[in-house]
Amino acid sequence: MTPAVLRAAPGYLLLTPAMTVLVLTMAAPLGLLLAYSLWRQDGLFIDTRLTLAEYAALVSDPGFAVVFLRSLAIAAVASIAAILLAYPVAWFIAFRARAKFLWLLLVTIPFWTSYLLRVFAWKVILGYNGLINSGLMALHLVSAPVTFLLYNPVAVVLTLIHGYAPFAVLPIYVALEKIDPALLEAAADLGDSPARRFLRVTLPLSMSGVIAAFVLMFVPATGDYVTPSLVGGANGLMVANLIQAQFGRADNWPLGAAMAITTIAAVSLLSVFAAAGARCAAGRIR
Amino acid sequence: MDAPAGCTVTATGGELNMTSPALLEVRNLTKAFQCRLAVDNAGFTIAPGEFFSLLGPSGCGKTTLLRLIGGFTVADTGNIHIDGEDVTGRPPEKRPVNTVFQSYAIFPHLNVAENIAYGLRSEGIAAGEREKRVTEALHLISLSGYGRRRPHELSGGERQRVALARALVKRPKLLLLDEPLGALDKHLRESMQTELRQIQREVGIAFLFVTHDQEEALAMSDRIAVMQHGRILQVDYPKKLYERPNCLAVASFIGNMNFFAGHIIGREHDDLIVEIGPMGRARVPVSTGEHFPPGSQVVAAIRPEKFMISRDSPPGEPSLDARVLSAIFLGDRTQIKVAISEAAPVITITAPTTAQIPSAAEHIRIWCRTSDLLLLRNEAASPWTRDGWLPRKRTKPPCKQVTLSRE
Amino acid sequence: MRGGPHPVIRARTAQMRGTAAYAILYLLFLYAPVLLLPLFSFNDSVFVAFPLSGLTAKWYSAMAADDDMRIALFNSLKVGVAASIASTLLGLTIAQVLTRGIPGRRLITGFSNLPLFIPDIVLGISLLILMSRLAIPLSLATVILGHLALCLPFAAGVLLSRFEGFDLGLEEASRDLGENAWMTFFRVTLPLVAPGIAASLILTFVVSFDDFLIAFFLCGTDTTLPVYIWGELRFPDKLPNVLALGSTILVVSSILIVSAEWMRRRGAPSQLRGAN
Repeated sequence: MTPAVLRAAPGYLLLTPAMTVLVLTMAAPLGLLLAYSLWRQDGLFIDTRLTLAEYAALVSDPGFAVVFLRSLAIAAVASIAAILLAYPVAWFIAFRARAKFLWLLLVTIPFWTSYLLRVFAWKVILGYNGLINSGLMALHLVSAPVTFLLYNPVAVVLTLIHGYAPFAVLPIYVALEKIDPALLEAAADLGDSPARRFLRVTLPLSMSGVIAAFVLMFVPATGDYVTPSLVGGANGLMVANLIQAQFGRADNWPLGAAMAITTIAAVSLLSVFAAAGARCAAGRIR
Repeated sequence: MDAPAGCTVTATGGELNMTSPALLEVRNLTKAFQCRLAVDNAGFTIAPGEFFSLLGPSGCGKTTLLRLIGGFTVADTGNIHIDGEDVTGRPPEKRPVNTVFQSYAIFPHLNVAENIAYGLRSEGIAAGEREKRVTEALHLISLSGYGRRRPHELSGGERQRVALARALVKRPKLLLLDEPLGALDKHLRESMQTELRQIQREVGIAFLFVTHDQEEALAMSDRIAVMQHGRILQVDYPKKLYERPNCLAVASFIGNMNFFAGHIIGREHDDLIVEIGPMGRARVPVSTGEHFPPGSQVVAAIRPEKFMISRDSPPGEPSLDARVLSAIFLGDRTQIKVAISEAAPVITITAPTTAQIPSAAEHIRIWCRTSDLLLLRNEAASPWTRDGWLPRKRTKPPCKQVTLSRE
Repeated sequence: MRGGPHPVIRARTAQMRGTAAYAILYLLFLYAPVLLLPLFSFNDSVFVAFPLSGLTAKWYSAMAADDDMRIALFNSLKVGVAASIASTLLGLTIAQVLTRGIPGRRLITGFSNLPLFIPDIVLGISLLILMSRLAIPLSLATVILGHLALCLPFAAGVLLSRFEGFDLGLEEASRDLGENAWMTFFRVTLPLVAPGIAASLILTFVVSFDDFLIAFFLCGTDTTLPVYIWGELRFPDKLPNVLALGSTILVVSSILIVSAEWMRRRGAPSQLRGAN
């Protein structure tokens, strides 16, 4: 026990309630999840002998593989697209906008207003009798409603981009805001045009924000349930739907747990790789 | 004491004899920020290879002026010529000047060598030549072998040198330095001053150096422009600036000065007869001051080291009886504060430590030569203080009076 | 004298207009779907389609008369208040301790931010498993527990940033003048971080109020408002009711979030650099 730890004892004491809650609501449940994934559903009971049978079942199930990979792909595409769309906005707020507080607020407000209803709004926009179709019909651009708008992966991607927008804008904004303006002036002083300044100074220095935005969006998007349920249809099914089924009608908790653990593992690994890759690429910029 | 506001004398003095065209020519430059006039009709020239300083207190506009020349701020009126070219409309990347920023602005994501080489890419210089120049630059700033280090591993002084090398490696015609030594401690600053001057002489590039530290400016510069409230008060050689400040503001900013209120009584041949407070009448040679008409209010200024302590003051030279308030040992000299009367401000005298230093409460006699007296216009708009010693401080002009001339 | 504005100013203005225009388009993209809800909640038709059929407030009155909705609303309010108070208190302890410097600080911060990096579905089913294993019946209480995990990172985040801007010298001065740790906390720390506490309360309340998935798994026979809405989404003729409800939630949430942000920034040292 180092002196520093002893001195901090009252602090640790004060932290106990928070840590207990976190252990109770996060560590313990996740541990239990892992345990369940190693058990089997035997009729009405759980067979608690350790086994990898559920994981084996997943690996050999092509249906699961399709949905699983589709989820990762949809989440990745949505995250990257969201970042590309959000970067200019974050740049604008950080460098050109005058009432930054107002802009940031405007970007954040939609996020706090019932995710469920926002996804539902997209369903309404893209639907057979929805806004786009009725608008196209009213303008006589089509004779019958268009069906390719809804119930496919593209609709899911679009809705995800919209739903997680602040997760994309804010981390990039925070990283951009930290950049010392003198660095950009120095780059200009040393001969770089505005475009080169952006590529050589702003972009590499904002990479940490871009990576944070990616991870903050990619992880929850992969496990999103509401969006694929409302706008995904059969083609846009994602892993969360499969998991929910195991805890609902299918009633195979160990299988669902195995799915969940696989998802977390894959998502964490991919995030680490993406972060490392982005940092490496940014580090090569001279 | 604080410099009184305003100096109505236009910047004169110290014009170089130009055989070749000026490197930098600034004319009628004005910049206002909302209600505040940061740079007010500034104009001066710099010769090639010259070490030129902009000296002034914080907020006097010197950094703004530097940024106007560098291209980071856009002037309201006026123009800037570098080597004969009008660069007024150009962004920083298109001007043949480079800047050493006050915060150094070293790129945190690049190592030392990459930082120094940064500006060479836009010139399309090949990798081999780039490397060569970086090595030369590192040698110039005495940091050879530091190429692979990262900025956070460097001390403040090292970072400052990297910023310098980064700018010099582009071989600009003019280098702008914005208070580069401000963040360094005293000893480091002094050694950097010497080093900076050496480097400047070695590369032969003109330096425009901004500082609020007058000792620094006096030590390093070929010529100095003193600024206050956005206006250039005097451009001159350091020695002339110290010995012949052209107005009250410059006189009180450079070095220490004692001020006495007085008025002109008349003129006799080449001398002005001045009535100076308690010193009585003095005949001041006209060469030490402007031509003041009889009756005009003036300020007589004299440096602390020009006062002498002696019972036997030569006749004709002004002298005073004074009571010693304190004697402070400053190492190479002693600063003595004396009082003439209860209500009057304190006079500062410096004496070499070898002299006999009077002790506190002792009564002494001090005198000075009239040729050491400097007569300056009294620029206070308000009347004298009750005991007639010094002009009251002038209040700042209200914002609405600021007008910019636009043709 | 010179023809027109300076080229550098011209370039910057063009840049500003260009990116500002893009930013406005982006905002339109963000808000358009959201603003649909109020628009069609006044539409006199069961279908959300153009052209509009006429103005009516009947969906709002129908919504207000719906008993199930009222029960769900009160449940959500109860859960929200409980979760926000609890998570704010816990967040206070975290912020208070972590800003004083403690060994293992990064680990603790990482741990308390963990819920942000676990998808809701995983969190939901894990808690379901835990409750089932401990034989705890599902009810609003279990929902509150689940929301605690969800809200804690937000509370900790808001309060940490508020505490970090706090001058520790003030606490030292208070101790120097004779107050012990508790009184110092009440007389000096608390009043100064009060806006942060208010912001945390509001933020966590909104997070809890809007959560669907965790509540879906943990509510058992009780309902919260999002769970109720989810049920209603299956019935197309109940659609306008849902729109009316959604619009009301939208307005109230916006007001709450704006006031939370305003309170969070009040008195806090400005972190925004001036634009130039």
